[in-house]
Amino acid sequence: MKGKESLRVFSLLVENKPGVLFRVSSHFRRRSYNIESIAVGPTENRDIARMVITMIADDETADSFVRLLRRTIDVIDVKKIKSEDAILRELAIVKIRASDVQTRDSILNLCNAFGARVLEITKNSVIVEITGTSSQIDNFISLASDYGVKEVSRTGVTALSRG
Amino acid sequence: MVVYSGAHALVEALKREKVEVIFGIPGGAIMPVYDVLKDSGIRHILARHEQSAAHMADGYARASGKVGVAMATSGPGTTNLVTGIANAYMDSIPVVAITGQVPTHQLGTDAFQETDALGIFNPITKYVFQPRRPTEIPYVVKAAFYLASTGRTGPVVIDVPKDVQVGEADMVFPDKVEIRGYVPSHPPDPSAIERTAEILLNAERPVILAGGGVIKSGSCDVMVALAEYLLIPVVTTLMGKGSIPENHPLAMGPIGMHGTYQANKLVMESDVILSLGVRFSDRSTMDVSEFTKERKIIHFDIDPTEIGKNVKPYHYVVGELRTAITMLYEAVKRRVRSKKESLWAKRAKQLKEEYDGRVFGINKELCSPNIVKKIREILPVNGIVTTEVGQNQMWASLYFKVLKPRTFITSGGLGTMGFGFPAAIGAKAAKPDVPVVDIAGDGSFLMTCNSLATSVTEGLPVVVCILNNSVLGMVAQWQRLFYQGRYSAVWLGPTPDFVQLAKAFKAEGVRVHSLEEFEKAFKEAIKSEVTTVIDIPISPEENVFPFVPVGESLKNMMVG
Repeated sequence: MKGKESLRVFSLLVENKPGVLFRVSSHFRRRSYNIESIAVGPTENRDIARMVITMIADDETADSFVRLLRRTIDVIDVKKIKSEDAILRELAIVKIRASDVQTRDSILNLCNAFGARVLEITKNSVIVEITGTSSQIDNFISLASDYGVKEVSRTGVTALSRG
Repeated sequence: MVVYSGAHALVEALKREKVEVIFGIPGGAIMPVYDVLKDSGIRHILARHEQSAAHMADGYARASGKVGVAMATSGPGTTNLVTGIANAYMDSIPVVAITGQVPTHQLGTDAFQETDALGIFNPITKYVFQPRRPTEIPYVVKAAFYLASTGRTGPVVIDVPKDVQVGEADMVFPDKVEIRGYVPSHPPDPSAIERTAEILLNAERPVILAGGGVIKSGSCDVMVALAEYLLIPVVTTLMGKGSIPENHPLAMGPIGMHGTYQANKLVMESDVILSLGVRFSDRSTMDVSEFTKERKIIHFDIDPTEIGKNVKPYHYVVGELRTAITMLYEAVKRRVRSKKESLWAKRAKQLKEEYDGRVFGINKELCSPNIVKKIREILPVNGIVTTEVGQNQMWASLYFKVLKPRTFITSGGLGTMGFGFPAAIGAKAAKPDVPVVDIAGDGSFLMTCNSLATSVTEGLPVVVCILNNSVLGMVAQWQRLFYQGRYSAVWLGPTPDFVQLAKAFKAEGVRVHSLEEFEKAFKEAIKSEVTTVIDIPISPEENVFPFVPVGESLKNMMVG
């Protein structure tokens, strides 16, 4: 019965107050779906926060979550985001192993190619910040793993509709 | 603006919501509210367990159509409410529960009688409020009643920390509230209504499946008018019982695991099901793929999350039900004249004539079906029946013909044993001039029988008819049929003596051994000014039939 599963992105406007994230995430927990990523922050209006949630689901499941989220009282608006109609970005901070000059140079080249910013260089590692689409970040991490990736912290996708 | 304590503001706000009755039990964290309640003019009915308080509020709401109010203290008072609130949530009953809470500075410290009400109630309510300042209380109460009683109705909890009850502030009582994330209902799409009329008029064998939503939205009259206009037979869900008078020629009774023979049979012969305010519970549809095969399902509901949840409809309309059904009726009237006869309606009539009220597999005179039928015979049209859960409930569903909406009160979704008796007390508080009868089993009644104290001391007399088979009957039936008769943990035995139990609470108790004795006792009981428990010993071997086993199609009914 399951349709084709893929990454779904929901953009929610919610009341910016305690308990809202719990109410929203409970829908996923109860139905045993994993939230792939979630990014929350206030909007231009301090009373309202934007929540961008991604999950792996088929069309029918995604639609049922949209309906559930719309019905949730602290949720003001829900949009299903299609990647072609929106700007999707994620930020990652990556700590890469680098204990000699050659490796460091090589990492700096890689950063240049991806537009990543170097935040810290120490004797043993380089910490860089990269912003891009999730697949760009995946790609960067995969290339960086040639040197050894010590730690990664990703924010999860955030999004705005185009136009 | 006036200066009130939070507790005073809470009670004032309840009065402004025209609350007349509260069911509850006081305790440490809710004492400031009880102190104000004493002189408020609002009637407080003292329950003996918070679960029963919630069921009373629930029964009150179902009988009256108003919001039922329950009250409890923090901690155990709050957790005891949980079953009752979950029950109201599953059946979409408007209940507002007010719970005490430890003071705000103690929240999260495992203080005495602290429990995370917000966390516990979130999945079983429409919303949980926890005002953190006294000034929030008037808004919160207004919003709670608004949420509970509009859209798809349901329970709302207000969890009030004790310091918020005690603190004083200038209070402003709003006349209305707006909640920007909440749209009670959407207007039905006229083109979707037109399309429904087309599908319905092209159907050869249409049925209406009426759910609890028809009763809640007050759409019974329009639905019956539509059914009569097109001669469409009406089957119901358990929650939809009473949406059409069950002595109506087109009324076939409920479908489901223990649906009537004629309803299950007919619905599976249909080619279109116009489903109104139902959620396609697994106990109603049984095997869903068989239920939806070879027929078109049209689904009308106020709640968009119900569309496609359990059954993928061929066509649907989202919106307030009365508006939607009225629009449909108008659309149908514009297209065709009223039907005078149809082969399909004849088929329904024939099935009904053959199977209506038939008892399968039992041939004793003093048996549950006959007792239920006798209750209907004697009880006035507006008399209210509540049920417990299990065999007693299914016999009531099969053999008690409901003639008016809101006169049949049962725990449909959660299936809560112990619901019927406190719900009956709540219903009696709502309708003091009407006899209220709980059709009970011995297992269920024992779960909340301490409500006898409430019933007697608060002057809310009801009649409890215990179909006493000394077993947990429905489980025993399953063990008999699916577990090779290996009875496990179902035998309740001869205790208690329900007559003595009733008398211990200063209620009436009587045991009957024949249908004749029952008739006499019941006639007296419904006139009595004190609660009467009628103990009716029946065979532990009685089965409820028809019975569609889990996983089977509604076609495959066991009848003995």
